[in-house]
Amino acid sequence: MSTINPDQINAQRLAGMRPSADRTDIDPALGDGSLVDDPAQQGPLVLNNRSFHDITEIVSGYSEKAPSWWWFHALGFAATVAAIAQIMILYLIITGVGVWGLNNQVDWAWDITNFVFWIGIGHAGTLISAILCLLKQQWRTAVNRAAEAMTIFAVICAGIFPGIHVGRVWFAWMLFPIPNSNMIWPNFRSPLLWDVFAVSTYATVSLLFWYMGMIPDFATFRDRAHLRLRQGKSKLIELRLPVPLPIPTIKLPWRGDLVRAYIFGFLSLGWRMSGRHWYRYEKAYLILAGISTPLVLSVHSIVSFDFATSILPGWHTTIFPPYFVAGAVFGGFAMVLLLMIPLRALLPNFSDLLTLRHLENMAKILLVTGMMVGFAYAMEFFIAWYGGNEFEWYAFIGNRVDPSKAPYWWAYWIMISCNVISPQIFWIKKMRRNPLAIWIVGFFVTIGMWFERFVIIVTSLHRAFLPGEWHMFFPTPVDILTFVGSCGIFLTLFLLFIRFLPIFPISEIKNVLPGASPHDYHDDHGHDEAHSAEGAH
Amino acid sequence: MAKTTFETESGAKVFGLLAEFTNPHTLTEGAKKIRDAGFKKWDTHAPFPVHEMEESMGIVGKSIAPMMFVIGCAALFGVGGGYLLQWVININYEIVVQGKPTASAWEPFVPVTFELGILCTAFGALLSMLAFNGLPRHHHPLFSSDDFLRATDDGFFISVEAADDKFDPDETRKLLADAGATNIELIED
Repeated sequence: MSTINPDQINAQRLAGMRPSADRTDIDPALGDGSLVDDPAQQGPLVLNNRSFHDITEIVSGYSEKAPSWWWFHALGFAATVAAIAQIMILYLIITGVGVWGLNNQVDWAWDITNFVFWIGIGHAGTLISAILCLLKQQWRTAVNRAAEAMTIFAVICAGIFPGIHVGRVWFAWMLFPIPNSNMIWPNFRSPLLWDVFAVSTYATVSLLFWYMGMIPDFATFRDRAHLRLRQGKSKLIELRLPVPLPIPTIKLPWRGDLVRAYIFGFLSLGWRMSGRHWYRYEKAYLILAGISTPLVLSVHSIVSFDFATSILPGWHTTIFPPYFVAGAVFGGFAMVLLLMIPLRALLPNFSDLLTLRHLENMAKILLVTGMMVGFAYAMEFFIAWYGGNEFEWYAFIGNRVDPSKAPYWWAYWIMISCNVISPQIFWIKKMRRNPLAIWIVGFFVTIGMWFERFVIIVTSLHRAFLPGEWHMFFPTPVDILTFVGSCGIFLTLFLLFIRFLPIFPISEIKNVLPGASPHDYHDDHGHDEAHSAEGAH
Repeated sequence: MAKTTFETESGAKVFGLLAEFTNPHTLTEGAKKIRDAGFKKWDTHAPFPVHEMEESMGIVGKSIAPMMFVIGCAALFGVGGGYLLQWVININYEIVVQGKPTASAWEPFVPVTFELGILCTAFGALLSMLAFNGLPRHHHPLFSSDDFLRATDDGFFISVEAADDKFDPDETRKLLADAGATNIELIED
């Protein structure tokens, strides 16, 4: 990545071979320099006085440089796990849904738990890109691209489960209103069909949003590859083995940059950074953000209708839509942190773009949404008591909370401790600013949010009105491996994303740098402001 | 009136002039000068959407209104089509659930109508943005300049097309230099 940078020291710095400069004058209370407690003063969003060119170099470098050893190992592992999911799904389709632990009473279990879990994770991406865009929260630029990618990959994982749980997968097309010779149409008054439309719209709109944001960055990648081709700096593609074996490196007859120039040239649609184009682009982007906001709120609301419109105690609750949305944002942010914090340590210069302040902001969102989820849990009990419905009261106390009565009490208490108790640590400022602590909480929250869906689905179903119907659910190895495999699919896609696509929105980050606004230049304090903000005492 | 075309000494048609600026501020100031000189076929190029550039270029509102209209039509199409789809299907194939009215009740159709409205608006926004921008257009004369490729990195440019009525190779070059351009390049078509 450093080939076209004339400044050798800076090039080494960008390649992660040399520590960043200007780090000694920072007050330790400011962490990496981004943690400004004074509300009148804005901390820098990008550290170390990065120039526009630095941002291009850093972000393009992740995609242009040969990947590190850990990437190959991680991809190999994730792809293997993903393959397990494929095998399990194939086995399921060949054999039938009986390979899962479902029974007459518990006819939705891990499949729908996984579906709601994954679709919930997707919500943070759209929240960051759409809602924070409308609220003009500039710090979103550090995470929005990766979060949007995560959204799409999570929705892909989510989409698998309803597709395969229908039993006869070859009839899944009947979910869509496709004219057919039987003249059979779907039931548009069923929330399950609303779900089909909500999730497929969500997947499509997220993809459009993600792609639209990447068009200018694809143009950056394209032009860099073109420049290297024109300057004769590009090399032939070499296939290197990730392990040291005495096999000669294979050279392919193509230049890597030619392939890059073709692919990114195609994807960038000929974007030429034109002012007229930018004007329409920004307006269209704003409209996409504006419509994605009600969309993201509607998707999990509609998912919750699957449960709330039934008469089953524990499902039949009006609080479900907001409760599901808050939980989705909560679980999604936890997953963003779970993925981004390791990358911060593994990729060079990542921490200049994703600062402690970004992490602190996300930790605060975890705290807030965790409390919202906790409030919803409490409200369910209040309404069960206040509503005076003995079945509902039993669904909560007898099926969930009380260890002496509820066989799934452990699932409920894992959920409470992970989702409500663990984020409370973020009341302590030091913990909000500690990446390791945030990562651990994010990990717990991810587990807790999976259990939340398990608690809602399985504990409500396993004991409905008639005790004669009561039945336990036990997952089979196929259940477990399908879920583990879906994590592998998610991770594989994410690893491919960080290797090949722009992980950060290059043009948006440049836009929040000091010196990006023409007004920064009026009385030559534009660049100095960044200096003073960073070294503030 | 036939439009004058310009040619280089080697006989190649001239696309226009490409002027480089140092930063967003000089680019904005330069754009204001070109706007005030009355040019129509010109453009700015910056690695990110420069704040209030549409005002400096004098294109506020004008170039956005047709796009907004198309997006609005797409939204109405999605909402109307979405409702119509469900209504027609329910008339053709009535599924009575819990004895509730079939086609006369509109409430159960709201979620799908809403989702399809969003879907069509999103496609409308992206596709009309591209269409009004004249994209995809994978080749453009400006790409022949090595310098111009830095527009996606840290370069700030103004391009003036020879097709503009006011274009004159020498006068325009002088105007751009006066506007603060550091480097001016002739682009062949």
